[in-house]
Amino acid sequence: MTEPTLSGTALLELREHFENPEQQRETASIGMWVFLITEVMMFGALFTGFTVYRLSNPAAFDEGSKEMTIVLGAVNTALLILSSFTMSLGTYFCSIGKTRLLSYFLILTMVIGAVFIGIKFTEYYLHWQDHKVPGFWFEYHGADARAVQMFYVFYFILTGLHVVHMTIGIGILLVMLWRNLLGSFSATYHTPVDLAGVYWSFVDIIWIFLFAIFYIPGLHLR
Amino acid sequence: MLIDTVAKPTVKNYLNVKQGILSWLLTTDHKRIGLLYTFSITVLFFLGGFFALMMRLELLSPRNWLVSNETYNKLFTMHGIIMVWFFLIPSIPNTLGNFLVPMMIGAKDLAFPKINLASWYVFMIAACVTIYALFRGGVDTGWTFYTPFSSQFSTTYVIAAAIGIFISGFSSIMTGLNFIATIHRMRAPGLTWMRMPIFLWSTYATSVILVLATPVLAITLLMVAVERIFQVGIFDPALGGDPVLFQHMFWFYSHPAVYIMILPAFAVVSEIIPNFARKPLFGYKAVAFSSVAIAVIGFLVWGHHMFVAGTSVYSAMAFSILSYFVAVPSAIKVFNWTATIYKGSVSWETPMLYAIGFIGLFTIGGMTGLFLAALGFDVHVTDTYFVIAHFHYIMVGGSVMAFLGGFHYWWPKISGKMYPEGLGKIAALTVFLGFNLTFFPQFVLGYLGMPRRYAAYPEEFQMLHIISTAGATILGVGYILPLCYLIWSWKYGKPAGPNPWRAVGLEWTTSSPPPPHNFKETPVVYWRAYDFEAWKDRLGLVEREVEDD
Amino acid sequence: MRTALQFWPDSASTVSGEVNLFFICMLVLCGTVATGIAVFLIYSAIRYHRKRENEMGDQTRNIIPAEVTWIVTPTVLFMGIFLWGAKMYFDIERPPNDAIPMYVVAKQWMWKVQHPEGQREINELHIPVGRPVKLTMTSQDVIHSFFVPAFRTKQDVLPGRYTTEWFEATKPGKYHLFCAEYCGTKHSGMIGYVYAMAPADYQAWLTQGAPEGSLSAQGEKYFHQYGCANCHHFDNQGRCPDLRNLYMRPVQISTGQYLTADDSYLRESIYDPNAKIVYGFQANIMPNFSGQIPEDQVVALISYIKALGPSPGDQMPSSNGEVPKAYGQQPGIAGPNATSGSGSHLEQR
Repeated sequence: MTEPTLSGTALLELREHFENPEQQRETASIGMWVFLITEVMMFGALFTGFTVYRLSNPAAFDEGSKEMTIVLGAVNTALLILSSFTMSLGTYFCSIGKTRLLSYFLILTMVIGAVFIGIKFTEYYLHWQDHKVPGFWFEYHGADARAVQMFYVFYFILTGLHVVHMTIGIGILLVMLWRNLLGSFSATYHTPVDLAGVYWSFVDIIWIFLFAIFYIPGLHLR
Repeated sequence: MLIDTVAKPTVKNYLNVKQGILSWLLTTDHKRIGLLYTFSITVLFFLGGFFALMMRLELLSPRNWLVSNETYNKLFTMHGIIMVWFFLIPSIPNTLGNFLVPMMIGAKDLAFPKINLASWYVFMIAACVTIYALFRGGVDTGWTFYTPFSSQFSTTYVIAAAIGIFISGFSSIMTGLNFIATIHRMRAPGLTWMRMPIFLWSTYATSVILVLATPVLAITLLMVAVERIFQVGIFDPALGGDPVLFQHMFWFYSHPAVYIMILPAFAVVSEIIPNFARKPLFGYKAVAFSSVAIAVIGFLVWGHHMFVAGTSVYSAMAFSILSYFVAVPSAIKVFNWTATIYKGSVSWETPMLYAIGFIGLFTIGGMTGLFLAALGFDVHVTDTYFVIAHFHYIMVGGSVMAFLGGFHYWWPKISGKMYPEGLGKIAALTVFLGFNLTFFPQFVLGYLGMPRRYAAYPEEFQMLHIISTAGATILGVGYILPLCYLIWSWKYGKPAGPNPWRAVGLEWTTSSPPPPHNFKETPVVYWRAYDFEAWKDRLGLVEREVEDD
Repeated sequence: MRTALQFWPDSASTVSGEVNLFFICMLVLCGTVATGIAVFLIYSAIRYHRKRENEMGDQTRNIIPAEVTWIVTPTVLFMGIFLWGAKMYFDIERPPNDAIPMYVVAKQWMWKVQHPEGQREINELHIPVGRPVKLTMTSQDVIHSFFVPAFRTKQDVLPGRYTTEWFEATKPGKYHLFCAEYCGTKHSGMIGYVYAMAPADYQAWLTQGAPEGSLSAQGEKYFHQYGCANCHHFDNQGRCPDLRNLYMRPVQISTGQYLTADDSYLRESIYDPNAKIVYGFQANIMPNFSGQIPEDQVVALISYIKALGPSPGDQMPSSNGEVPKAYGQQPGIAGPNATSGSGSHLEQR
């Protein structure tokens, strides 16, 4: 096995309990993927609960979905896909040594993420105005108000959890930006940026599922 | 005063390399973190044990003579919560596992030392939140948090307890993630998967369960808390929810959690038995893969907790047959351990006594699992003392026996000192006898129909309850004894030397206590697990002379 | 009769004998195996006790035939145990058709029982020996579990739905009734007795103490009291479905699916009428009676609807002497030939 040529940072960032940078990179990578599996299980539990109740109340869940502002949801979906793209560009430029471009793309990704969160809270505000916030102010005058409320309960838990993940993601990107400005990353050492990118993409993918289950089903009722 | 100034020639080890409380609180050394965990869970174990003792005392009489119903309900709830999440689940993985996994694979530390330390802090925060709930007045939902009682009807501090457990979940996940990454990527040169000690296989299987199951519990308890705080329907049928969905999600975690508790016990016993029989573990591959099989099949059997919960008879049949499949790997292990002892060179030191006791108690626990998995029989005994006895045979007779055996076995490595062998044997026998006296009568009670979680009961059950309580006091003594002499030996025990048992394993190649980074240089492994042939000269062992029978 | 030390429970139902037999067989089987392991273990530990400090054991790592033996043998045995357990489960779970229907409403912390003849009991249940009894149970608050150890049967009682349990007593006597699912502060006080009585004694017991008349008669009273009769006419002319000959028959609902009008469906239609609207009828006509009618009165209403059909021998309601029209002629209620729905699960057409 030939060691890759090491620039300064790869050795500087080598923790003392690892034998070589390669081992460190692989270990960090497996750690992130295992972490993402736990995330899948966590969201999976919520998706399962949602599915169970949707199967027993399909019509009411479609009624709930009808109230969603599809345009905002679609814009947010587009934004997140775009942010995945900018994040990937950032990691790519880092891997070829253009760390300055990495900084720009990190900033761009964070800005898109912040816009996403802004739009999400706009939607929450609209739900508040519609009196569709279970536990605080929920009014629904239809056939099956309890099931519609159930839809909103899952909507707020799942999208709320997603917003939390987005916020953590922006925090991680800030740390990456900080470390990049300090000169930690180079063409030979960019594992943290790669893994941050993996996390970011994962959060994006979760959103695509959320968009599919919360926004699409009510479209035919409009 | 004068004596203190006499300089002793000391080798730097992980205990004396740095001094002071901060050197412990900020350590990233897996061995020190293991000891931090040991300290924490020992305190919590005795707290949980105190609750158990109070319950046993209350059950001396058919009527409430010691505590009220409310208090009794809080006692068994807190006993369950503390023992399950704050003792059993972290017990072996986070203490012995933390200490041993890097040493057994020839690494300097776990893959993510800071995450390891963070997991202890998260654990402590979780414990504090739970103890806060306790001091505010406790929780009375049972450790199972069944809805809608927990989400709507209980008037106790359910949210605090649920959040405490929620937080402890992150600690579990961090530990599991750390072990998986470590075992995958940090093994010493030559240590292939099929050369790993079974301890690592079992710890790996445990970690997989920790990582896959814990998030589901976390989110389930979060939903209970949301339902309780905001009064919105998730599991409450009055608000359109389904209480049985809660049970599915809870047991999807909590059944695999049983394997989180028992697989590390298998890990410990699989180390003790070959080394005290000086014989390779019989059927290494079968034992290794049975751990993985348990981890996988264990995820498919949760429904056997719900045979009378109102699920369909066909799903009950599926869960029943899968429960029998998950019993097969456990049976394989028992037979292989037994076969390992046959024709060994068997010593009767304390760890081996615990291990043999473990086999006996685990066999009873496992076999009564066969009773419970039988659908028609389960209808009668589920939610009775039969179930209580069954899972205590697994968790106390299994996990706690293995925990104690493991601590005696590796105590020389951890502390560098020997514990007093005579006291050790007495304690092991006390625990074994006390345990059986406590829990065997509960099988009889269960078949008689004594329901669990009863503060008062019909009079004909009294005598068996008295026997059980008598056993519990003996068991309590059996637990306090090792606590005392292990602490004593920490200071006054005889120095142990690197390998007092003449055992095979990378952890015995380094000094006791080990240096901060475990090994002077990275070891190279050219032997299989428990390879006494290869270690013969190093350990100074000889073949047994052929005796003429 | 009862002593402070008891080792074997009363056995007083048609299934208890088999459960006992299973238990004894399992004890013998597992006891033999466990004793075998223990003897072998202790024998090995003594026979091969280390004689010299530096002595190694035998170094055999595996014997494949042994390994295969103890993988295959348990698996085969376990499948046998599974089959026996599953067979018993079907016996315990499936009530016979001729069972006496009784209703149980559980609440913190008592059992309320309603007999079809109109008797009400709290924390007591009187049943005849030699006749199967089917309990339809629900809870007003949390989950409970109806457990009679002497009958070897138990069933969780859930809020918001019906579960059923049946047993047939074989021996007169007084048996414990326990709540087996933890339900709060006085869980251990949610106990009572089941009195299994000789048929003649039971008949004598039935003659006393039903001042309000039979359960269906009580249901008829509520049917008028809550104004159900204003819309649910027995002439097909009302704004709501005719309830005659409805019980246990297939019903087509507005989504086109078919389901069976069992206890659970009727209960849901009272508490949450819009959940499953009968095909051809309007939603939002019937008010939601959730929180208006307690569970024990719903039980009486269902009993009344049941008495409206379909068994030909059943009495027709006194308020209406007409012979009901055939099923297929009623709007929205499918004829018997439409589908052979059974059970309460939905079937997609």
